[in-house]
Amino acid sequence: MSARTIFEKSREGRRSSYIPQRAMSPALAAQLPAELLRERAPLLPEVTEGEAVRHYTNLARKNWAVDVGFYPLGSCTMKYNPRVSEHISSWPEFSAAHPLRPARAAQGWLRVMYETERMLSQLCGVARFTLEPAAGAQGELCGMLMIRRYHAERGDKRNTVIVPDSAHGTNPATAALAGFRVKTCPSKGGLVDLEALRGLLDSDVAGIMLTNPNTLGLFERDIQEICRLVHEAGGLVYYDGANFNALVGRFRPGDMGFDVVHLNLHKTFATPHGGGGPGAGPVGVVEKLEPFLPVPLVRKGAEDFELEENRPLSIGRLNAFAGNALVILRAYVYLRLLGTSGLREVSGDAVLAANYLKQRLVTAYEPSEPGRCMHEFVLSASRQKSKGVRALDIAKRLIDLGFHPPTIYFPLTVPEALMIEPTETENLETLDAFAEAMLRIADEAETDPDVLHSAPHDTPVGRLNEVAAAKDLNLRWRPGQQSGSPDAIW
Amino acid sequence: MNFVPHTPDDVESMLQALGLSAVDSLFDGVRAVVPASQVPDLPGHSEFELRRQLWDIARLNGRPDQTLCFRGAGAYEHYVPAAVSQITGRGEFFTAYTPYQPEVSQGTLQAMYEFQTMICELMGMDVANASMYDGASALAEAALMAMRITQKRRLVVSEALHPHWLDVVRTYSANVEPEIVIAPAPGGRTDAEQVMDLVSDETAAVIVQNPNVFGIVEPMKVIGERLKSLPALYITACYPIALGMLGTPGEAHADIAVGEGQPLGIPLSYGGPYLGLFASRMEHLRQMPGRIAGIAHDDQGRRGYVMSLQAREQHIRRERATSNICSNQALCALAATLYLALMGPSGLRDAAEQSFAVSHQLAEQLAALPRCSLRHGHPFFNEFVLELPIAAEDVERELWDHGIVSGLPLGRWFPDRANEMLFCATEIIGESAIHRLIAAMEEVLP
Repeated sequence: MSARTIFEKSREGRRSSYIPQRAMSPALAAQLPAELLRERAPLLPEVTEGEAVRHYTNLARKNWAVDVGFYPLGSCTMKYNPRVSEHISSWPEFSAAHPLRPARAAQGWLRVMYETERMLSQLCGVARFTLEPAAGAQGELCGMLMIRRYHAERGDKRNTVIVPDSAHGTNPATAALAGFRVKTCPSKGGLVDLEALRGLLDSDVAGIMLTNPNTLGLFERDIQEICRLVHEAGGLVYYDGANFNALVGRFRPGDMGFDVVHLNLHKTFATPHGGGGPGAGPVGVVEKLEPFLPVPLVRKGAEDFELEENRPLSIGRLNAFAGNALVILRAYVYLRLLGTSGLREVSGDAVLAANYLKQRLVTAYEPSEPGRCMHEFVLSASRQKSKGVRALDIAKRLIDLGFHPPTIYFPLTVPEALMIEPTETENLETLDAFAEAMLRIADEAETDPDVLHSAPHDTPVGRLNEVAAAKDLNLRWRPGQQSGSPDAIW
Repeated sequence: MNFVPHTPDDVESMLQALGLSAVDSLFDGVRAVVPASQVPDLPGHSEFELRRQLWDIARLNGRPDQTLCFRGAGAYEHYVPAAVSQITGRGEFFTAYTPYQPEVSQGTLQAMYEFQTMICELMGMDVANASMYDGASALAEAALMAMRITQKRRLVVSEALHPHWLDVVRTYSANVEPEIVIAPAPGGRTDAEQVMDLVSDETAAVIVQNPNVFGIVEPMKVIGERLKSLPALYITACYPIALGMLGTPGEAHADIAVGEGQPLGIPLSYGGPYLGLFASRMEHLRQMPGRIAGIAHDDQGRRGYVMSLQAREQHIRRERATSNICSNQALCALAATLYLALMGPSGLRDAAEQSFAVSHQLAEQLAALPRCSLRHGHPFFNEFVLELPIAAEDVERELWDHGIVSGLPLGRWFPDRANEMLFCATEIIGESAIHRLIAAMEEVLP
């Protein structure tokens, strides 16, 4: 299967006619003076529909995906994406609606948004949600801007945000984007070090960003105390919902003491990841932060639903329109399919599967922490490293054996980390087969490390030299570029 | 309905392996510290029941086969070849994660690389990223990037920029507290002289949208030529289909070019997911936000694709990253890639020219209605402002009774423009649609 681009398959003069061609009258054309027109046509591909469909179908075949096989990426919650959500989101009643339609012409959409907002608020134990943020990171920005605004409105200038050393990279990046100085709180035994936290808290702390369970898959059991300490210092507590799949339907961030919560609909609520997006990152807040929510918000009027734009204390607008509506619709469908009892099964079986897998693997791999985990766990390839085998080698060998690798080298607090999240939608046979593959690799690390170093063996390309690529940057095709060599069929 | 495959026997054997008797006991540690929760009992449904219920809700949005839409204002319905959704609907694309393992993600990575190439070609720019959330947030990131590069805080913004986009710039830059100066657009078009008068040594960037919020084609090149020798950066916002005809950001000497990519094969979807386009000149590459794919080779010399320059990104650089963006709009970027591959250079030009032609035909007929007239005299692409004899909000309401989504009442954004309506037409609007609108307008207007 070749890595040739669509541009290399282009031939001048090949075209399809998707819309009728009509010549413009000279009088009409004269309305746009030449200096406003483009000088050179873009070099877009000239291919038939058949050639394009074949090209992109072959690209699809080079991708791993949840539909292809097990995808145990930690903190990513790669669960099955229900097809009925895809089906309903393709209905033109939803997909053909203009975002600035009058509310009267969008009552179906507004009802979906209103009810999703209510369900998420109830599941998280908060007063209200905004559905506007387009992804988790934008949700974080929304949350941190609200925290900033909350303090500012009280005349309280606070510039520091605390982030644990095990946090997702988006947390410190977001805090910085919102204008805060980031202080890192160390972990102890995989959990926030309370003593260290006490030392970091002062009157400059605007808040703390926490994932619970954290990225090691451990529940922060001091969460009530953490919230109490931060609140006592005048700060707010932010919940990064990347790992909400462990708790959904059973426990609520609001009950733990969190003030702001973001959820990733593309994780816990089963909307597809799309090869990197689109997702959606709704944000919930306790009552005192409600005035700062972004606009627009959906409101239930006397008879109809409407979009509320005029909110004087709002942090403003995050996107041109009301958010990733079709993603929200998919999550709405999922929530209404499962209901609370279904969601309890989700968290229960996700945690059960993770513990089962951990139990099977700790004989051969060093766990970051002993004992039970929540929906994910982290192993270290430290034993294997002494034989010259790294987490990267283990990951690549898993590809040979028919599995997508776990998240590797994250969290940063664990050397040679392999972060595994099986989710609730994988059957026991798959969990067992994955465990067998991991154990076989542990054996190979002892007996045949070369097979790990040279993995993967059957993919369209082997390990790519990213260092050389970063030195000799090629970020777009240019005509005349050397064409690709014919590659093996995968 | 649920998607959990574990049979009671499976659960039992997993519990046994763990030495436990019930799944609930896995949560003992949580239960010990979190108060007994008040999770409400939301009902579950079968797929069959839910589809029926959703159908009732969907119909509250009107009948799409009988609805006409003459609204643009930042979101545009163009013809989309059927093959686009056939490919984006493949599970290998839409159920994949971010391509962190390149050997098993060559499909997504190569599509990203092809997308970047197409956006560079369309915009006449050196380098593009693999997408932002939407046009407005892409513009906000561009403004932050310009302030980072120049270490200055003044933004000169055209008065004719989409007001929601300006809102998003303000939200994103709240902590930088930029000095935002509005450059006037007399008669609906940005005045190049007045832009230059506002540019000072403290200016980070000038921001102009083309076509602008009133649909008018801006003097992009004139402004770009004047800015070229100054340290202030030039940020332009584009409508990608208009680039089938109109001059490119590159030709206008833009430093950073952004745009709303939704018109490239992505349905209106009540506002999202859309597609933020982001491109730059090569010299600013390392300050760009977002993912970028590039070519790399394996030890056998085979060509492959990787995520390049990751050291700019949050998962490596953390609080010193160029942006916090992680998930982007990859599947929408794939749709745009397919759209542009299928349409090709001539198809894109056709879409642009016919949007132009149809909207001018519409403008002519609307302006011929009694006491109606075009508000502006400058060349426009496919949107224009019609001045009405009555309040535009009333016209909007009554046209919906005819199954027509009217142009946008501009009073919603500009209080002094209550009698003005922003109309749009693309190539999908046929003669009969225009007749239906004109007939309805004749009924609605006094």
